[in-house]
Amino acid sequence: MADVALRKVVKRYDDVEAVRGIDLDIADHEFIVLVGPSGCGKSTTLRMIAGLEDISDGDIMIGGDVVNDVPPKDRDIAMVFQNYALYPHMTVAENMSFGLRLKHYPKAEIKARVTEAARLLDITDLIDRKPKQLSGGQRQRVAMGRAIVRNPKVFLFDEPLSNLDAKLRVQMRIEIKKVHQKVRTTTVYVTHDQVEAMTLADRVVVMNKGRIEQIGTPNELYHRPATRFVAGFIGSPAMNFIPCRLEDVGGTLQIRLTDRIAFALPPARAARYHALPRTDKFLLGLRPEHLTEAHAHLGPGVETFDTVLDVTEPMGMETLVYFGLEGTPVCGRVDPNAGAKDGAPMRLAMDLNNMHLLNEDTGVVL
Amino acid sequence: MADVVVQHARAARTTSARKGGSLHNALRRKSTVAFFLTLPLILLIALFVLYPALFSIHLASLNKSMQKFVGFGNFTFLFKRETFWMVVKQSCIFAVTAVFFKALIGFIVAHFVHNIPAKGQRKWRGMLLVPWVIPPAMSTLAWLWLFDPSYSAFNYTLSLFGIGPINWLGDAAWARFSVILVNVWYGAPFFLIMYLAALKSVPDQLYEAAAIDGANWWQKIWFITLPMMRNIIAITTLFSLIVTFANFDIVRILTSGGPLDQTQIFATYAFRVGIESNDIPLGASVSLFMVPILAVAAIFILRDVNKRGNES
Repeated sequence: MADVALRKVVKRYDDVEAVRGIDLDIADHEFIVLVGPSGCGKSTTLRMIAGLEDISDGDIMIGGDVVNDVPPKDRDIAMVFQNYALYPHMTVAENMSFGLRLKHYPKAEIKARVTEAARLLDITDLIDRKPKQLSGGQRQRVAMGRAIVRNPKVFLFDEPLSNLDAKLRVQMRIEIKKVHQKVRTTTVYVTHDQVEAMTLADRVVVMNKGRIEQIGTPNELYHRPATRFVAGFIGSPAMNFIPCRLEDVGGTLQIRLTDRIAFALPPARAARYHALPRTDKFLLGLRPEHLTEAHAHLGPGVETFDTVLDVTEPMGMETLVYFGLEGTPVCGRVDPNAGAKDGAPMRLAMDLNNMHLLNEDTGVVL
Repeated sequence: MADVVVQHARAARTTSARKGGSLHNALRRKSTVAFFLTLPLILLIALFVLYPALFSIHLASLNKSMQKFVGFGNFTFLFKRETFWMVVKQSCIFAVTAVFFKALIGFIVAHFVHNIPAKGQRKWRGMLLVPWVIPPAMSTLAWLWLFDPSYSAFNYTLSLFGIGPINWLGDAAWARFSVILVNVWYGAPFFLIMYLAALKSVPDQLYEAAAIDGANWWQKIWFITLPMMRNIIAITTLFSLIVTFANFDIVRILTSGGPLDQTQIFATYAFRVGIESNDIPLGASVSLFMVPILAVAAIFILRDVNKRGNES
């Protein structure tokens, strides 16, 4: 087990920069998830840590040693691939023990390790089968088993669940978490699925266009996003961004959404945004769960307004409501019994205590 | 409960029987159509494969003047002749050695070509296929020229190093070497192209997984490439073995089986005996002798391919 550090790591393909100088410190035993849209450089970063891609610039360290020029086989890492990359001509046991056999481990130890990993992953009955005879979820387990038996310094996962159906994905997500709790190996996990990122990670690294947008715990990213990209990427349905202006009315700071709708900011928020220039264009960032049906008793900082719903989506435990504010589509989450109907008027409440204010031009959360 | 189940089962059986009847009719109709669609090919095969094969069996059972049925007489005659057994031995050595080197060279070159960046690969692929697309009778004439003992490029080049001259086609050992060399030169591109296709079908991620598992380049070939290519290797080898066993043109042009029948193989020997010595039944017997040898090889190789096809 070891820590991993990336120092100003760059990857260039001819004249395209896929990864643009990223710095990242991953502590021993930590579960880090790299998340971002396709083409953001997350897989390339993982492959550079694995040694499958050369580094154009910067340093990668595993356990304190610079490994830039160390071939993958000498980095003491294990990787789980998106399509599992199991050797089709080998049985499950042979697949899992391949790395150990190459390193000439004693037969008894290989058998013990494979048996232990198979027990951990609940694939003991499959040990003599070939990959073709396994289901997607079972192959996924074997691929993890192949990583576990090696007892490497670092686990690397490259979108390991994206080939599974939705139900199995949830199940395997939990399995991966359980395995990590048991083996505690430093893990770098790449996914484009923010739910996977949030549920698995100790810390999430959000990447965009070859750069790191923000590093933080899932809760930090959710509640205190640093940029519009992070705010919009994390959370489902995504955060609403409503164009707004700041204005002073009778000594209080107001946020104006439309000609008809303007709210006084709660005191804490007003103090925070007080110094901002009133002429700038802003975006009000508000998660759907902070846009709910209006209750009779409103807390401080919760403001109501009337709107006409475009579409409603009953989800069972909640109903998603969609409406427009001066052309901006907005999503809210209301109680299923609140009487939300397609095309019907509704009184909604906005919880400004949980609002975010973003600079529209720079995308920075203020 | 049990009664209900039994009744259900009975009902299902009767409907399936009824369905089966109409299905059977449909199938029969379909198969009739299929038969007529394949009839031209069946006729071609019957005319150009089956008929000659049966006719050669018939021929092999006649005496030299083709007037009298002698049964296995031609074979028993052949079995008593030393030259025939030399031809059997030479054919086996020729085919096995040539196929082995064709496969080996094809595999090595395929690896090199596979690792050439895609841009330049087409060019190399095209160039390396040239030996295979030139009619072998023509290219062998060029080789004949290269092997000429007195004025050839080979002997001239060797003379610069103080070696030779080598009597390429006149000395038995060198003659055998030469016909094998030309056969390898002609046949290796076929292996190259087959192996290249097979190499391209091995997913890159298997190599990456192996690299991470700690395999060096040789272990990647041994544990990943070769097992993944086993079926292609087996089928290509079988195919090449058949073609090489039946080779005629290269040996005929280079040595005509000489010196002293030392490079004679089945096809050239059959030609010598059947056409040149005017004993067609005996020639037919020689060529028929290839069938059991190749059949054994085919059974072994195809059985292995079948077994692996089922498991992987």
